[in-house]
Amino acid sequence: MKITQELVERKVGLLIVLTFLTVLTGGAIEIIPLFWQKSTTTPIEGLKPYDAVRLVGRDIYIREGCYNCHSQMIRPFRAETERYGHYSVGGESVYDHPFQWGSKRTGPDLARVGNRYSDVWHVTHLNNPRDVVPESNMPAYPHLLATKASATVGADVDAKMVALRRVGVPYTDEDIAGAKEAIGDKTEMDVLVAYLQGLGTLLPNTAAANSAPAAAQ
Amino acid sequence: MLTSVASLIVTIVVLASILGCGFILWNQSRVKLPKGKVETTGHAWDGLEEYNNPLPKWWMGLFWITVIFALAYVFLYPGLGNNKGLLDWSSTGQWQKEVNKADEQYGPLFAKYAQTPVQDLAQDPQAIEVGKRLFLTYCYQCHGSDARGAKGFPNLTDGDWLYGGSPETILLTITNGRNGMMPPHAHLGEESIKDLANYVRSLSGLANDSLRAAKGKELFASSGCAGCHGPDGKGNQAIGAPNLTDNVWLYGGSEKTIVETITNGRQNMMPAFADRLNEGKLKLLSAYVYSLSLKQATK
Repeated sequence: MKITQELVERKVGLLIVLTFLTVLTGGAIEIIPLFWQKSTTTPIEGLKPYDAVRLVGRDIYIREGCYNCHSQMIRPFRAETERYGHYSVGGESVYDHPFQWGSKRTGPDLARVGNRYSDVWHVTHLNNPRDVVPESNMPAYPHLLATKASATVGADVDAKMVALRRVGVPYTDEDIAGAKEAIGDKTEMDVLVAYLQGLGTLLPNTAAANSAPAAAQ
Repeated sequence: MLTSVASLIVTIVVLASILGCGFILWNQSRVKLPKGKVETTGHAWDGLEEYNNPLPKWWMGLFWITVIFALAYVFLYPGLGNNKGLLDWSSTGQWQKEVNKADEQYGPLFAKYAQTPVQDLAQDPQAIEVGKRLFLTYCYQCHGSDARGAKGFPNLTDGDWLYGGSPETILLTITNGRNGMMPPHAHLGEESIKDLANYVRSLSGLANDSLRAAKGKELFASSGCAGCHGPDGKGNQAIGAPNLTDNVWLYGGSEKTIVETITNGRQNMMPAFADRLNEGKLKLLSAYVYSLSLKQATK
């Protein structure tokens, strides 16, 4: 049987199969070579997997939908590096499954929020953003203070770490064995702040330090 | 960077796809239809038939343009595996160019500001304006866009300073940051802490239980409060211990809040900006903050 245009147009099933094969081939060719791209598969120097506390803090970040308004991706534009620090690089995200780059900024980018503010600031701000930034339209998250992480996101932290190890995050047996103990009776607020305070601290802020914002006219 | 095998595969696939499109175009445009009567394709819907005309010339032309554009693009820009392209373009390279250009343009301006004492900058309206914009980028998150602070984050406009309000001290604070730490005193017991709170309120002339305040006064000297806040409660700017006599409260001056402060202590920090901002910017920020308290003084 010769596959002619006429045949494909008349047989819908064949059209579907061939369309599927075309998309599959295109997708595979676009995606698979990236598995061998060193800049996105090699961790940058000093990068460590999230410890148990920050890992469950990250789960709070995802659960509360922070990524809906906050990106974690500083693009290589001067305006962004002036405000946020060094642009993001692929090697920073190798242990993120899934990554939290995001695509929308209602709030500011958080890729380098680590160590920017004090813990007290984060707690005050998450509890009610208006307490420190009156203009803010960010929702308040007071329930984080009232909930123990071990009762929610921390309950199966060891299982999560085992799963992450399967996809290549180098957790040791001790890491996993000590995970629940590390979380202890920390609140959801504690673990979320721990996660935020560790974000993007490996690359220096100095890259952009010497250029200036638009001067007043 | 891709491994060399992956890079080779990408290169082959990209070129093969583009050339393949070109081949289909060429192949299809070879077909010559007989002149005169146009055949139909044989498709018919409710009596409507489809003529078998070739694609219009301009349409084919557009297809050819996309093929040529794609080829030019992948050779000029990094489109073929690890090939950097003839223009040697990269996103970080473009960023670096942008930054270099800005440095060239604004560098001398900031170098000039870096040479000027903060005190003089505070008198320069243009410097203040630039400083204000820097403040609204880097400082408002804690100190507020009006610089009036928030609970736990100092008001910068009231002329009251934890570490000192001289231009030099402000510059030092912004450059190196500060670590504020009041140790917890839960061991004193609830009653003693209430006594202390009443005494502290009395220092600022706020309503208090005078009996408790009198007991608190003794405790203030004997439990170590005076070590940081001074025997008269006027604080110590060298270590950032607040003045308790001026009715300015970082965390709040109600009895309840003061009890909380004494019981649990307070810990907060101001981050250092030395790594993030150049000297010109640090001075401009200092000048802006200093100018806020000057405004206060002239009111």
